[in-house]
Amino acid sequence: MKKNFKLYISLFLTTLKISAFTFGGGFVIVSLMRKEFVQKRKWLTEQEMLNYTALAQSSPGAVAINTSILVGHHIGGFLGSIVTVLAAALPPLVIISIISLFYNLIRENLIVSYILMGMQAGVAAVLCDVIMGLSASVWRESKTFALAVMILTFLSLALLSINIIFVIVACAVAGVIYFGKIGKKGLKNDLS
Amino acid sequence: MIYLELFWAFFQIGLFSIGGGYAALPLIQQQIVNNYGWLTVSEFADLIIIAESTPGPIALNAATFVGTRVAGFAGAVIATIGFIAPSAVIIALLLFLYNRYKNLKYVNDALRGLRPAVVGFIAAAALTILKLTFFSESAATVGLVNIASLIIFTLALIALRKFKIKPIMVLIGSGILGLVIYGGLSLI
Repeated sequence: MKKNFKLYISLFLTTLKISAFTFGGGFVIVSLMRKEFVQKRKWLTEQEMLNYTALAQSSPGAVAINTSILVGHHIGGFLGSIVTVLAAALPPLVIISIISLFYNLIRENLIVSYILMGMQAGVAAVLCDVIMGLSASVWRESKTFALAVMILTFLSLALLSINIIFVIVACAVAGVIYFGKIGKKGLKNDLS
Repeated sequence: MIYLELFWAFFQIGLFSIGGGYAALPLIQQQIVNNYGWLTVSEFADLIIIAESTPGPIALNAATFVGTRVAGFAGAVIATIGFIAPSAVIIALLLFLYNRYKNLKYVNDALRGLRPAVVGFIAAAALTILKLTFFSESAATVGLVNIASLIIFTLALIALRKFKIKPIMVLIGSGILGLVIYGGLSLI
């Protein structure tokens, strides 16, 4: 029990550290977890970590949270996953709470509003950069299908303001039908 | 009642945000800005800036930001739990299926269909922010277009694409440029 307790504490502290100091998206956190859990502490193997990352991506939600649930479960069972989720969620919860408490006060300040106006243009650029990178990678994956889905989803949200949940369900169904057919065709070609 | 609404709004965001990070933005916008009116579009833009400049997943940062503003710290906790709950259940289910079958063809196909959709989603969110930035009124606005924003946007995009500078650094740089340009203009 004492050894278990120690394990949970170090699981908590390691995850907390990763979550508190990682800027940027989920995959940055995942690669840090790999470094800490696989290479340094040897709590799981490289292959297991890869499988969990793939699973985490297949589920809705934040990749960092999903991965920490899976890794926590692997290392310490149900209690382990509770420990890692708490540790992963705590830093953003505390940091953003403090910021939003002062938000109104800070937002009124002229200097801050100048900075935020500049950052707004910067964020627009970051989003455009992400779009360019992602559209190139989905194009490589499924060409015309990708292009059609990109354009249709953009138009249905930006122009028609269709509820995004319907759009998501429709695209998932389209993926199952389209890639399911391709899979069968590929199989037939292989057989003939 | 407000707690229930917060939980439900972020439960839906958690359930339908696939692809992580930026993919959740339009979903958050639709729920928080359009459906519930908890944030204005310009506050939503601030939220993205804050989420980008602090550690942690964007959706989780959004949950805390909106939760705190609508119903204090308790609201933040409830929104966060609401966001995590659906993925925790689905992850448990997937883990069970994965251990049994080791191969989830339908899940993979659905995800391949969703990946390009995510790009469309982010583009829709970007359009909102672009409109807000380029057509905002300021000392640098000529006609309808905010020239300063246009300049900062162009420089930031070049820094990101050409010189592969980290987004956080680009944001800090954009903030400094904003301070210099708008501050300078206000002094004239």
